[in-house]
Amino acid sequence: MPKATRSFPLPEEVGAVHTSRLTPHASRQRVAQTMGFFLEVLIGGLMAGVLYSLVALGLVLIFKASGVFNFAQGAMVLFAALSLVRLMEKMPLPLALLVTCVIMFILAYAIERLVLRPLVNQPGISLFMATLGITFFLEGFGQTLWGSDIYKLDLGIPKQPLIILDNVFNGGILVGSDDLFATVVSGALVVVLAIFFQKTRIGRALRAVADDHQAAQSIGIPLNQIWLIVWTVAGLVALVAGIIWGSRLGVQFSLSLIALKALPVVILGGFTSVPGAIIGGLIIGVGEKMSEVYLGPHIGGGIENWFAYTLALAFLLIRPEGLFGEKIIDRV
Amino acid sequence: MFYREVGEFKSTYAQEQVLLPIRQDRYFVWSLVLFAFIAVPLFANAYWFSAILIPFLILSLAALGLNLLVGYCGQISLGTGGFMAVGAYAAYNLCLRVPGLNPIVAFLLAGGCATLVGIFFGIPSLRIKGFYLAVATLAAQFFLDWVFSRIAWFTNYTPSGSLNAPAITLFDFTFDTPLRKYILCLAFATAFALLARNLVRGRLGRSWMAIRDMDVAAEIIGIRPLYAKLSAFAVSSFFIGVAGALWAFVHLGSWEPLAFDVNRSFSLLFMVIIGGLGSILGSFLGAAFITLLPLFLNQLPAWLGLHWSTALISHLESMIFGALIVFFLIVEPLGLARLWRIAKEKLRLWPFPH
Repeated sequence: MPKATRSFPLPEEVGAVHTSRLTPHASRQRVAQTMGFFLEVLIGGLMAGVLYSLVALGLVLIFKASGVFNFAQGAMVLFAALSLVRLMEKMPLPLALLVTCVIMFILAYAIERLVLRPLVNQPGISLFMATLGITFFLEGFGQTLWGSDIYKLDLGIPKQPLIILDNVFNGGILVGSDDLFATVVSGALVVVLAIFFQKTRIGRALRAVADDHQAAQSIGIPLNQIWLIVWTVAGLVALVAGIIWGSRLGVQFSLSLIALKALPVVILGGFTSVPGAIIGGLIIGVGEKMSEVYLGPHIGGGIENWFAYTLALAFLLIRPEGLFGEKIIDRV
Repeated sequence: MFYREVGEFKSTYAQEQVLLPIRQDRYFVWSLVLFAFIAVPLFANAYWFSAILIPFLILSLAALGLNLLVGYCGQISLGTGGFMAVGAYAAYNLCLRVPGLNPIVAFLLAGGCATLVGIFFGIPSLRIKGFYLAVATLAAQFFLDWVFSRIAWFTNYTPSGSLNAPAITLFDFTFDTPLRKYILCLAFATAFALLARNLVRGRLGRSWMAIRDMDVAAEIIGIRPLYAKLSAFAVSSFFIGVAGALWAFVHLGSWEPLAFDVNRSFSLLFMVIIGGLGSILGSFLGAAFITLLPLFLNQLPAWLGLHWSTALISHLESMIFGALIVFFLIVEPLGLARLWRIAKEKLRLWPFPH
């Protein structure tokens, strides 16, 4: 096995809450402060959730269009961010972004050509295992090509914390402006993707392929091109996620592990639903933060790693297709 | 010419149902077992035992367990590392808290504990399939990781969380040298391989395969999915639990929770894929492949006269693993075991082409 360490947990800076601000001054203020603290945890959770959604979006896109459960999304995030960071050392930002996009396109082409096309008509589980292979390959390849240190990614995203609702609660609520930025970016991304899927010609073709490969092919939709497009789009989504995650954690190997964070999100939201990825992400984000803050101290802490999975699992037992997923009906 | 069924006359039902119907196969397997038990100990040195043979045998056992679940019953699992950890910690706690319990008995009881945990985490498989199940078993992995690193009772309140295994004895005979450990592991692997081989050709194994091939159809011909799926989880976890106990006690000696992290699960899954899904032999071949490849890659630069950094080697290793997985899935989805089977088919007809 590769010796590259996959140590858990992820750096816990995402949407971190500031417990030190809880010290009560007077009993009258305490209620308002607890409420403020609760809101702060909630908002922190929502923002962390948005970040999970960003990665989950890539997963959902590929699953919708090709029925492949892409475990390699996290590795793609790492690869995109690494490429961007190392290219920025050599060229100005816009050019670096453009070259990274081209790299992601080439990657999508290679995956489609070398992995997906030979595996067409294989059961989903083989394709899933193939993406496991892609994950390991990309992690190794990216780090061989670009180096395996921690790189700082600074695109000028504002970082100073903002204090909102100052007049409602004593001390207000602390919100990171980079969190806000991430939220806006993901919101925009979702809108763009929704328009792309619903309104454009390619989007319709993508939905047709998702419904039925053979039927889509028979009315003249080129399957291979569609896959190339969707993997490219997923690559670009990975790039966006890589930029946002990379600028807060630094570009490093652990970026690849956020795929493991995005898995329960798609499970919860349903594999085939873009809104599901968003709402699933928010639920998981909030659930994680809430459980860590309110439940964690009682049972030992560090439960973030498995709480999301258990939450998703609990949902699965009630609705096996996720919140917004399509119901699968088995026929013999 | 020599390897064929012709001339094998069966006059009793017992002969008809024999494990290896072809005489040459029987000779081959017996000579392989004798070779492993007698010839290998005569020639191998301590490095071979502790760096290659012992890990290979224990991982084969774990891969065998996983193969029963993934290859025979079609239920994908990414929680193998967690179940190995259950075996390891159960064996440790049994040895610690039950006075006078023989470690080898403890291994089997630890397998029993892993069975219970496996059944518990197998329950979602009744409702969910495919990737959903993979993620559910991943939940088991993370949860078990957390349990063994955070709940101090399991680690006997040691501050660092790392444990030391007690000595393994049987009737005043201590398994302390690499050779003795090797024999112990070999005995376990042989016994469990035989058990697995018999399980999968029996009623239980057939019901697993029916579930794997099409669960709805299997249910219609009278196989209860509840029973088949949970029994697959149970048997597989038992194998994996015993392997985990052996891994901790025999191979590592002292260990911490990281020894059984999600990487272990992935590597075992890779062994099963590369070796061959749904094949007993495949589990051994896959384990051999994945154990030997890193050793080979570590030696390669020296042979070529290059000086690569360890980081580069580990990245290359990761790349080669990934590429091999994809390669095997495309070219030979049934893995190394399939190649072996093709060779045997050819041998049956040799020297004629058809």
